[in-house]
Amino acid sequence: MLGARRRRRALWWALLLAGPNLLLLVTFTYRPLLESLYLSTLQWNLGSPDARFVGLGNYAEWFTAPTTGRIVTTTLVFTVATVGGALVLGLALALLLDRKVAGRSVARTVAFAPYVLSGFAVGILWLFIFDPRYGLLQEVLGWVGVASPQWYSDRPWPLVMVIVVYLWKNLGYVALIYLAGLQAVPQDLRDAAALDGAGRVRTLRSIVLPLLTPTTFFLLVTMLLASMQTFDIIKAMTQGGPLGSTTTLMYAIYEESFVNGRAGYASAVATVLFITLLAVTAVQMRYVQRKVHYV
Amino acid sequence: MTTTRTVPAPTVGVARRAGRGRPHLATAAALLVATVVLGAPLVWMVLASFKTPGELYQVPLQWLPGQLDLANYAQAASTIPLGRLLANSIGLTIAGAGLKVALGLCCAYALVFLDFPFKKLAFALVIATLMVPPQITIIPNYTFVASLGWLNTYQGILVPGLASAFGTFLFRQHFLTLPRSVLEAAELDGAGHWSKLWRFVVPMSTPTLAAVALVSVVTEWNDYLWPFLVVDDPAKMTLPVGLTLLQSVDGMTNWGVLLAATVVVTLPILLVFLVLQRRLVAGLTAGAVTG
Repeated sequence: MLGARRRRRALWWALLLAGPNLLLLVTFTYRPLLESLYLSTLQWNLGSPDARFVGLGNYAEWFTAPTTGRIVTTTLVFTVATVGGALVLGLALALLLDRKVAGRSVARTVAFAPYVLSGFAVGILWLFIFDPRYGLLQEVLGWVGVASPQWYSDRPWPLVMVIVVYLWKNLGYVALIYLAGLQAVPQDLRDAAALDGAGRVRTLRSIVLPLLTPTTFFLLVTMLLASMQTFDIIKAMTQGGPLGSTTTLMYAIYEESFVNGRAGYASAVATVLFITLLAVTAVQMRYVQRKVHYV
Repeated sequence: MTTTRTVPAPTVGVARRAGRGRPHLATAAALLVATVVLGAPLVWMVLASFKTPGELYQVPLQWLPGQLDLANYAQAASTIPLGRLLANSIGLTIAGAGLKVALGLCCAYALVFLDFPFKKLAFALVIATLMVPPQITIIPNYTFVASLGWLNTYQGILVPGLASAFGTFLFRQHFLTLPRSVLEAAELDGAGHWSKLWRFVVPMSTPTLAAVALVSVVTEWNDYLWPFLVVDDPAKMTLPVGLTLLQSVDGMTNWGVLLAATVVVTLPILLVFLVLQRRLVAGLTAGAVTG
């Protein structure tokens, strides 16, 4: 009897404490997730009262549209360059920060700072730096006798520009995660390697990198998901142009739904992106489970 | 280093550590270059925001502004309601972060310290949302918010993003490490859930609270796509959205003005970062440790 009352009271408290959060999640994540799948089967424009059921028509259009190949290629180039670049440069930075050098805490702070800043603001700032006539970069390139490319207009420079900014913004985060991983590598393992006559590079390749695999996989998943959802930097710098050369999948969804108003079609493209992200994560998780337990 | 091979085994560790401690000239130089390259854009932004058009459009570049001229800031404030946007951003960030922390804290308390049916399902429901990218929900949420008449309102910006998945997750991880005995003792003293939460759990969770709060502050402040979609009335805009308006009005014709506004967008969060760096970094990198 007492137990039943206790249980009932616990249930009321649970509803009171967890209820609001769960209700918000259901309303603004799960409901729209399902609705989006439904919308993807409609020919429907944003705000229009008319909607026509087209089945998988929107998906068929996506897979046959002449722009799809370009969008997928752009997304691939952007993703591979940003994720790969961030991992390699981030690891290099982490290795530097791992050494006891004067000023490394300042370097840490400076490297991480861009990560906490607004992507849109950062995009505007870099647009000025890339300015081919009055930007900081054309001056620096001038020192080594290189003429500034037309960053805003000549392909592939606009895409390169967006990738550079993404790297600058995320490098500090990757470096700090790697740094934490590096500091967990037992010093005696490195000492033992040194004792066996392994040089710095050999120790890095044979001891440190394998032990960092879990960190690398974590970063790979996180960075992939974040990179494929990039919006604000592209919006600030290129608006997907020129001639669609910086339009990623994510940007295409925004353009189709909120610029062209084709909400049904955009929902189909969003579903494609969602399934891609799920698949990427699932593959990586499987791989992580097999690969991570090195020690 | 060939010397290590000749050193007797027991002292190798010491010798190696000492080698690590010696400021390697090449390492120091590389780190210096990296710091300058990574830090220069922010310095350049602040410098440019004080420059007159004459100083900005000069070849070769003029490095420092002639004087600390606030004309660009004044012009930005006369083109877009900069003070209002700042107030909007501060208000929405505080409200959003505060509510997010409260929602996550309460939800995690229920998930850890209460027994109720479908508890595992409730937790799975929370965690699975971390896998749902916001852009798949954005079109239905937009039409839903519009149907509520919430376009161009603060609640329209705030409410759809309030639910806390990441916060709930971090709080739960932390609560699982709390000593059960303390809470059981409190219960024996007749403390109810409300007082257990506020008098025992919260005081034992300050580092997690700070981390979740700071991460929420940063994400709310920088949030762009959603507020950009639901608001086109300048009086209701947040700073990053206002920057878009300024960009479309002024274009790239007036970098000084645009960069002055960019300083206003980035400086507050940069200050928060510099002052509370340790806690903020701990929060932002928490996924790597707990996940």
